Amino acid sequence: MSEDEKYVKVALVSCGSEFAGVQSQLDSAAEQVNAQLVYPEMDVSSLDTIEMEFGLQVASADLKLMMARAKAVVEGVARVDGVFVTSCFRCAEAAIVRNEVRRYIHQNSDIPVISYSFTERTTAATLLTRMEALTTIARRKHLLAREHQSGLTAGLDSGSTTTKAIIMRDDEIIGEGWVPTINVIESAEEAFGIALKQANTKKEDIQSIGTTGYGRFLIGEHFNADLVQEEITVNSKGAVYLAGQQNGPATVIDIGGMDNKAISVEDGIPGMFTMGGICAGASGRFLEMTSKRLGVEITELGKLAVKGMQEKVEMNSYCIVFGIQSLVNSLAQGSAAQDVAAAACHSVVEQIFEQQLQEVEVKEPLILVGGSSLIEGIPKALGDLLKIDVVVPPHSQMIGAVGAALLASGYVEE
Amino acid sequence: MTKVFIYPTNSLILSDLIERFDHTPLAMMGAVHDKITTIGIDSPPLNITPEDPKHGLKYAAVEVPAGVRGRMALIGPLIDEAEAAIIVDDAAISFGCMGCARTNELTKFLTRDKDIPVLELVYPYSDEEGKDFVYKISEFLESLPKDVKS
Repeated sequence: MSEDEKYVKVALVSCGSEFAGVQSQLDSAAEQVNAQLVYPEMDVSSLDTIEMEFGLQVASADLKLMMARAKAVVEGVARVDGVFVTSCFRCAEAAIVRNEVRRYIHQNSDIPVISYSFTERTTAATLLTRMEALTTIARRKHLLAREHQSGLTAGLDSGSTTTKAIIMRDDEIIGEGWVPTINVIESAEEAFGIALKQANTKKEDIQSIGTTGYGRFLIGEHFNADLVQEEITVNSKGAVYLAGQQNGPATVIDIGGMDNKAISVEDGIPGMFTMGGICAGASGRFLEMTSKRLGVEITELGKLAVKGMQEKVEMNSYCIVFGIQSLVNSLAQGSAAQDVAAAACHSVVEQIFEQQLQEVEVKEPLILVGGSSLIEGIPKALGDLLKIDVVVPPHSQMIGAVGAALLASGYVEE
Repeated sequence: MTKVFIYPTNSLILSDLIERFDHTPLAMMGAVHDKITTIGIDSPPLNITPEDPKHGLKYAAVEVPAGVRGRMALIGPLIDEAEAAIIVDDAAISFGCMGCARTNELTKFLTRDKDIPVLELVYPYSDEEGKDFVYKISEFLESLPKDVKS
């Protein structure tokens, strides 16, 4: 069995996912990435002392169990390759413990850890990207350590809104294609065709193909890709590669068409990450709807936003429907278009700050990628909010395709 | 024979005491046994499916976390069936463990809210307290009717 397919043991640190009806979904997501969820062994007597050892007193016994299991993982009593920390969505007590347990494991071990809050409607498909990223970090460190692209490779990113294709030769982008996603395979063929034409090369000459994004499995099979990889790993690699920040710490924020991600990266390898997706209020979709309502092209929205003052308009896009409602209200009250555009950008950034950046420690440089990074108002609003300089690398909207082409070159040499 | 609901719901000691006095304990073990021996459901280890938190909506609203509602799908029907109840507060984990504090609050509330005899005790931590604890439980169980149709 190759290193890439190695069986991975993931510790399930939860406060009763089996009672919420999601256990089979968790098991199914793990199985799809050749991982097995295990309950870390721990001494039952540690439940009497764990609260004071951890410094966090809780009312629920299952939360004490979570802390005790985390300690067993950190101390090597339970040997695992990754940790999945999870609890019920909407439980305040569990949310506090979940965050502290995740932070504790991250600070005291090298074991990759992710956290997630579930409802009874959480499906294996929702969990898959997170589980895939977790196991990739555990089993493919050699691939993630790659700093240079070599040979002639292609990266295809089948996103929720757009499909991107990149052709690279020896660390240089020689062709790129960007089309709206309509039919997953046809859009990928179209983007790939544009990129090949620009690169003046043929599909048969491509030595290795990498795919990523929502449609990665479908297009990966269609193009017989060497690498089919979720977007957390691929985008973080692409971001640090294009920003020239492959060594040391970095934070990547990716605002996509339908969701957003915050990833903390160390020496080019993703560590902690969070992925939003409950509401599209903090995504490119909200900005698209805003530009439509303002009657400007999405490419013009950013320029408009930079001229405006977000303070003049009250907007909260926590929910995309209510976000649009406050946009319509503010226009009806006579707000200027540039102020509304600025408020929309600020609102998206504020959601990312409130939902994602509380779980990921922001270490500079902060690299902003994804289609929304091209809307000038977004990096400006993010920089203003965090009081740091935001780096938008060249080809930032093509980040997934670049990352896929870079990582796929690992298969050229193999 | 009276159906007696217990809290903690998985206390083997309480369950055993109730059986010794010829009553029927209503405990989590029985509810889980029914779950895992029902043919056609497959969601190990407890066989709780996404349908269960929906059944739990009878006891807690949708904004209550899924884990609470899933637990209530098992515990709620036991409370509905109960003709008497024994609640032991602040018990040691070895006596019986309830994992989720929010479920515990709701379980105890629904039990107290029901018009049935309820004995509420604090878990004993000394020999003297232990003797008194068992005595009070026996007295309570003796007082319950034995000829109620179960």
